[in-house]
Amino acid sequence: MHTPVRPPHETGATAAGPYVQLVRPDGSRVASSYDHWVEDVDPDQLRSLYEDMVVIRRIDTEATALQRQGELGLWPPLLGQEAAQIGSARTLRDSDFVFGSYRENGVAWCRGVDPESLMRVWRGNAAAGWDPATVNMAPAQVIIGAQALHAAGYGMGVVTDGTDDAVITYFGDGATSQGDVNEAMVFAASFHAPVVFFCSNNQWAISEPVGLQAQVPIANRAPGFGIPSVRVDGNDVLAVMAVTREALDRARSGGGPSFIEAVTYRMGPHTTADDPTRYRDAAELEEWRAKDPISRVEALLRAEGLFTDEFGTAVAARADAVAAELRSSCISMPPPPALDIFAHVYAEPNSWLENQQEEYARYLAMYGTADDAGHPVQVHGTDPVGSASTGPREAGDRA
Amino acid sequence: MSTMTLGRAINTGLRAAMDADPKVVLMGEDIGTLGGVFRITDGLKKDFGATRVIDTPLAESGIMGTAVGLAFRGYRPVVEIQFDGFIYPAFDQIVSQVAKMHYRTRGAVNMPLTIRVPFGGGIGSPEHHSESPEAYFTHTSGLRVVSVSNPQDAYTMIRQAIASDDPVLYFEPKRRYHVKGEVQETLDGALPLGRARVVAEGTDVTLVTYGPLVMTAADAAIAASDEGVSVEVIDLRSLSPVDYATVEASVRKTGRLVITHEAGKSGGVGAEISASITERCFDYLEHAPVRVTGFDIPYPPSKLEHHHLPDLDRILDGVDRALRRPNSLSNFPAAHSTSATALEGAGL
Ligand SMILES: Cc1ncc(C[n+]2csc(CCOP(=O)(O)OP(=O)(O)O)c2C)c(N)n1
Repeated sequence: MHTPVRPPHETGATAAGPYVQLVRPDGSRVASSYDHWVEDVDPDQLRSLYEDMVVIRRIDTEATALQRQGELGLWPPLLGQEAAQIGSARTLRDSDFVFGSYRENGVAWCRGVDPESLMRVWRGNAAAGWDPATVNMAPAQVIIGAQALHAAGYGMGVVTDGTDDAVITYFGDGATSQGDVNEAMVFAASFHAPVVFFCSNNQWAISEPVGLQAQVPIANRAPGFGIPSVRVDGNDVLAVMAVTREALDRARSGGGPSFIEAVTYRMGPHTTADDPTRYRDAAELEEWRAKDPISRVEALLRAEGLFTDEFGTAVAARADAVAAELRSSCISMPPPPALDIFAHVYAEPNSWLENQQEEYARYLAMYGTADDAGHPVQVHGTDPVGSASTGPREAGDRA
Repeated sequence: MSTMTLGRAINTGLRAAMDADPKVVLMGEDIGTLGGVFRITDGLKKDFGATRVIDTPLAESGIMGTAVGLAFRGYRPVVEIQFDGFIYPAFDQIVSQVAKMHYRTRGAVNMPLTIRVPFGGGIGSPEHHSESPEAYFTHTSGLRVVSVSNPQDAYTMIRQAIASDDPVLYFEPKRRYHVKGEVQETLDGALPLGRARVVAEGTDVTLVTYGPLVMTAADAAIAASDEGVSVEVIDLRSLSPVDYATVEASVRKTGRLVITHEAGKSGGVGAEISASITERCFDYLEHAPVRVTGFDIPYPPSKLEHHHLPDLDRILDGVDRALRRPNSLSNFPAAHSTSATALEGAGL
């Protein structure tokens, strides 16, 4: 009889390995075979990547504050993952399509999602924040890994249509354990779908370390499906840009799917409902703080004499302006009308649901002049009973 | 006897079951070091180790399928599904494998799995975090489905579920995790797992519910009694099988039945009870059974969830309907049924 062994992830084994890096944490450049993918990035573009990252970090801190103040139900911070989101999203064309998870708020920002739309879901006003067709990005996905299959299917459509559009799907390290992500790789490989699988390996799936999901680097998995893969320093915006461009180029030129593992770190809690101190070492956070993706670009810009005080001030001002707009559009967003709950369940009329809506409209008209939050209840559509109402019921107030 | 919350009662029951039987193992996402997102398994990994409290990879089908394998090996897995809306990736394993293994093997293999599911709304969560999927499972033969509503039942029923040789879906009303009550930490004299409980006695209307709405129904009975209406409240506790003997006895006495749950109306637990009680008690009924339920809509965004969830007022309105007292549908039934017929007639 053997003694029970501790599961491997308990022994400190982690899924680590070498990766593509173009800029070191101190801002110095590393020569790499990937250099040619970013040789066209001029000082202005580099500065604008920096600005993007500062702005989405500011969006993130503002949204976190709004959640703490009770204005948002929940917020999934992307703190620390700015380079992975910006480096990949700024590489896309407008006609490409994005299938993300719930954490890709920075990607959404790059796609042109406005602050109000960004807030809508987290405030609890709607299930989806934007119309996918206007920004070529699917709504946030909460079911872990489901979006990878959607990307594969979209890519199959692109192949049939014969265009050179590409598809990118974002998911976390935890998601790679789901059947959906693995099935998506099977489909994408079999049908040569132009899909970039972008895994943001931020080391944690809520409280679970990446070592529980994978015993080897996550990027090693894809080749087994026939998909070329690369591991990249996810806190290095230029390196992320380089590997994403390579993958997109493969997709557009008929080379089929690619897999990118961006090695990064979720510096905050999983969501505002999470307490990472229960499962995570403070020292680990400090180690990653030294690899901060924003200070790295700043160091690079300074080293190349591209970072002036005026530039730093202008970026900070822009970020504050976006944050202010985010705040005001969030707090001025009224709750949706009551009968909205019945809208868009079906695309075609449904008699059962129409009955339920009619009954509830009657109910509201009879019993409710105000909802729990004290907002007037708006009954739209044809009001079947007029406005006779008694207000919320209290015991004994009727004959 | 000690006072504890419903959440703590489940934790205490899990601990007792693990102490009593070394084959009981817990599995799920974040249940170990973190103690689960609701902290229901708090401290158990520390005390029982990582081979009995297993933090699993992030894959529900994987969790359920490996639990089946563990059961083959003689273990009694207790699986935590993090939130109601995440049970669907495991649905195939539950309905095709867990539910049928005993039948397929003509009794040679048992599947003594307990599947814990925090369910229901009212906590202001985003999509997929507030669903009531119980009817999918009551429709599947081979599964037992229960839901608890108070700390004592939470303790007793988790222990009974784990001890059961059948697979049990154990639905936990997440918005009631913090409700406190007295808990007797013994199974002696406890109601069997399949039995309903009369929460409040009454003579005019039988009000049947389970899980999160038991407290609301009890409050509704108090409000109704102020208006001179005597409501008998029944907590089903078991949704499959349903303890019809208890519901039937009550309806024979009151002649009226109202059923309330958060899940949508069509094909729900209320539909089943309504049909079964009509079959069994037709001659005793003074009014058709009334259902007060969530609507047939996807769970709405949190700013609108209070419209979807039955509350005290909507339940009382249902009671009024059963009693033919003035209610939101007074003067409406004629128009109501013709509009439905007109729509069907129009082929919609
Ligand atoms: C199918 C499913 N199971 C469980 C959850 C609950 N959950 C939400 S996020 C999360 C961790 C995800 O980790 P990862 O995939 O690494 O992405 P990250 O959040 O770190 O970006 C879990 C378990 C879910 N949303 N969907």
